[in-house]
Amino acid sequence: MAAASSSSCGGGGCGANCSSSASPATDDAPEEKLGRLSISTGGAASCGKCGGGAVVVVAGGVGLCAECLRAQLFGKFKLAVTSNAMVRPTDSVLLAFSGGPASRVALQFLHEMQSKAIESWDASNSQALPAFDVGVAFVNESALSSKPKCEIELAIADIKSIVSSLLPGDKAMHIAPLEDVFSSESNDREGRLRELVSMVNDDTGREDLLQCLRMLSLQKIALQNGYAKIMMGSCASAIACHVLSATVKGQGYSLPADVQYVDTRWEVPVVLPLRDCLSQELSLLCELDSLKTEQLLDRPCSGINGLVASFVARLREENPSREHTIVRTAQKLKPFSFNKFSANGYHDFLPSRLRPKFQNVDSDESTFPEVFCIICRSPFSESELHNLESTKHKAQKKIDLYTAYCCQSCHFQILPGGTNLGDQFFSLLPKFWTERVDTAPAGNCSLRDQIEDYLLEDDDDEN
Amino acid sequence: MQSIAAPARAGSRLCARCGERKAALKRPKTLEQICRECFYVVFEDEIHRTIVDNNLFKAGERVAIGASGGKDSTVLAYVLSELNKRHNYGLDLFLLSIDEGITGYRDDSLETVKRNELQYGLPLKIVSYKDLYDWTMDDIVKAIGLKNNCTFCGVFRRQALDRGAALLKVDKIVTGHNADDIAETVLLNILRGDIARLSRCTFITTGEDGPIPRCKPFKYTYEKEIVMYAYFKKLDYFSTECIYSPNAYRGFAREFIKDLERMRPRAILDIITSGENFRISTTTRMPEQGTCERCGYICSQKLCKACVLLDGLNRGLPKLGIGRSAKGGAGADGNGERQGKRPERNRSSLQGKHGNLDF
Repeated sequence: MAAASSSSCGGGGCGANCSSSASPATDDAPEEKLGRLSISTGGAASCGKCGGGAVVVVAGGVGLCAECLRAQLFGKFKLAVTSNAMVRPTDSVLLAFSGGPASRVALQFLHEMQSKAIESWDASNSQALPAFDVGVAFVNESALSSKPKCEIELAIADIKSIVSSLLPGDKAMHIAPLEDVFSSESNDREGRLRELVSMVNDDTGREDLLQCLRMLSLQKIALQNGYAKIMMGSCASAIACHVLSATVKGQGYSLPADVQYVDTRWEVPVVLPLRDCLSQELSLLCELDSLKTEQLLDRPCSGINGLVASFVARLREENPSREHTIVRTAQKLKPFSFNKFSANGYHDFLPSRLRPKFQNVDSDESTFPEVFCIICRSPFSESELHNLESTKHKAQKKIDLYTAYCCQSCHFQILPGGTNLGDQFFSLLPKFWTERVDTAPAGNCSLRDQIEDYLLEDDDDEN
Repeated sequence: MQSIAAPARAGSRLCARCGERKAALKRPKTLEQICRECFYVVFEDEIHRTIVDNNLFKAGERVAIGASGGKDSTVLAYVLSELNKRHNYGLDLFLLSIDEGITGYRDDSLETVKRNELQYGLPLKIVSYKDLYDWTMDDIVKAIGLKNNCTFCGVFRRQALDRGAALLKVDKIVTGHNADDIAETVLLNILRGDIARLSRCTFITTGEDGPIPRCKPFKYTYEKEIVMYAYFKKLDYFSTECIYSPNAYRGFAREFIKDLERMRPRAILDIITSGENFRISTTTRMPEQGTCERCGYICSQKLCKACVLLDGLNRGLPKLGIGRSAKGGAGADGNGERQGKRPERNRSSLQGKHGNLDF
């Protein structure tokens, strides 16, 4: 249904984990649940950090009690936010909320940070640092779901009540149907969405296309409501899955773009503060703190993404920190220039001792503009650029250009085969994407488009 | 072998390539239904293209084929000698086998290689662990048990191949690593966080700065197609797993690759593409080249890994040089003056040079 996390599996939980460990609203005895999630040797052990409470989870070889687990996760979240300057005091932040445990924890932590900021704003005399604003977005995919409407309505009502219960700090709630990505271009948006999605034959491709549409939907909400950042609940487990599935799809070049804390290639920058937390820990925290999650909207991933998720689940059984290792590997790859905030004066709000850390970074690297895939926004690799250049010169029709502006992975798993289908497919894509293609440099392309209606047959020599 | 069952169902459809003969098989790489003759042609042509496009060989070179008697190296020896004749590469080809001294496994597979020597008319050289190190794998397993024995075997074989190649005075070694192997290695390096090896493991030629470079003409060739080729050509190969080999970790990744291939055949090539395109910073430190003080083999430490392991065996301390203690062990031996360097880079000395892990 609706997951606003950036990776292949909804809500930051990973396929196997989502379906097995997070059965909705069952009355499992808490001990039983904890027993399944934790790897501790027995209830008797006491917390390796504070020595007090009973161990609920083993992280990095140390058994932690509920309090220390909470503190550790919040610490990671806060460190990610502050050390990457993710949220400025004047920002308004849109949290992508899927109802899953990861984005639920992100919502909770963001709320706590906001409450603290409000508190100190109220207490301070000078009122120098205002408290940032928080909004919450939920992408409603009921148009594509087989679940009964009433259940979805209920789930959405739950989500609204979760958000409205978080006080102080008013949080605007945006519930956007996925088909709104076509707003203003189409009357039958639902129909258009269904037609577009049904044109993709590959299961994995369909799932990935939905992911891209979801991101577009979030971007639209953020743009229309003046948000400066989009915060996602992508956790280490989800990112580990993404690392492997991107590798398997041949997206090795663009992979590092997706695993950084900050990603400014979008109109509204995206930040991932839960990148260092495992989905198991986040689910556990939701249970311990009785944070309500909405599992009804969860949907297991299929195709390549599903295969990868079950592979990662198996690796996790063998070694609980394997997901961290996978994420760390991807972090050692060279990030792109858009993986940090670089606008002039962006870091001015930071204490002066921290500012140099951000400002000196880009002095030694030349930043050239990347070319992005129109569908998934992956930066182009050298061979894709090469292909694009050569197509630009000989392209006769718009569709050839559009095709050349798709990365090889989208080309294979999303674009339908055959020119006719291709034409139709591109006409169904949100204008927001196809308008990005700059048709101007390809002279004969637009020429041909102008006389298109008068040509009888596509009998020319193109490809 | 069971995987060959598919083509039987092709029925009366015509070959998608020539359109004349009856399709006899579904090509694992593309799922095209083609006839046997066309399969031979595309299979051999792809390898030829790989060789030509990557300038793997120069005319007049002496090339040793690492031959274990298994399917990959047998098909490699056969195809390479065919292509050498057909396209006039002008290569002097040799078979080079390593006898690890594993009773019930290597002795049988070496019989296969000896038959290949006659069948393909390629001179064969066998180098044994017994001669080089005075230890057979059987002895080593007796001394250290079944755990970690692959570490010894892997390190020793890498060096043994180089030594055998030096004896043959060849310019290059080719190995039968196929696309599945390389894809698997890419994944394993991601799972281990080994960025230095991740950057090298998709190179088609490795060790160019060393004395004898190695290359992998099967880099883009699917394992299933190799099996299919051997099966249809009725090549004589040996197909038993090493009796000491069970390796659960590699097994995981292998199984995953097979699942992926079933779902999307091109996934294997895509993984290799990803591996080639990873943005790995050029400042990633590579180990410095040196030579082993004891045996003169290339290494990045004072002593090469084989000498460290051998030392352990001979002194009755077989744990020396294995796993985590390797940093301590090898480090204490050879690292005294290089303390500023990061240990993870130092560790990868030999294995790293040849780009692969546990073969």
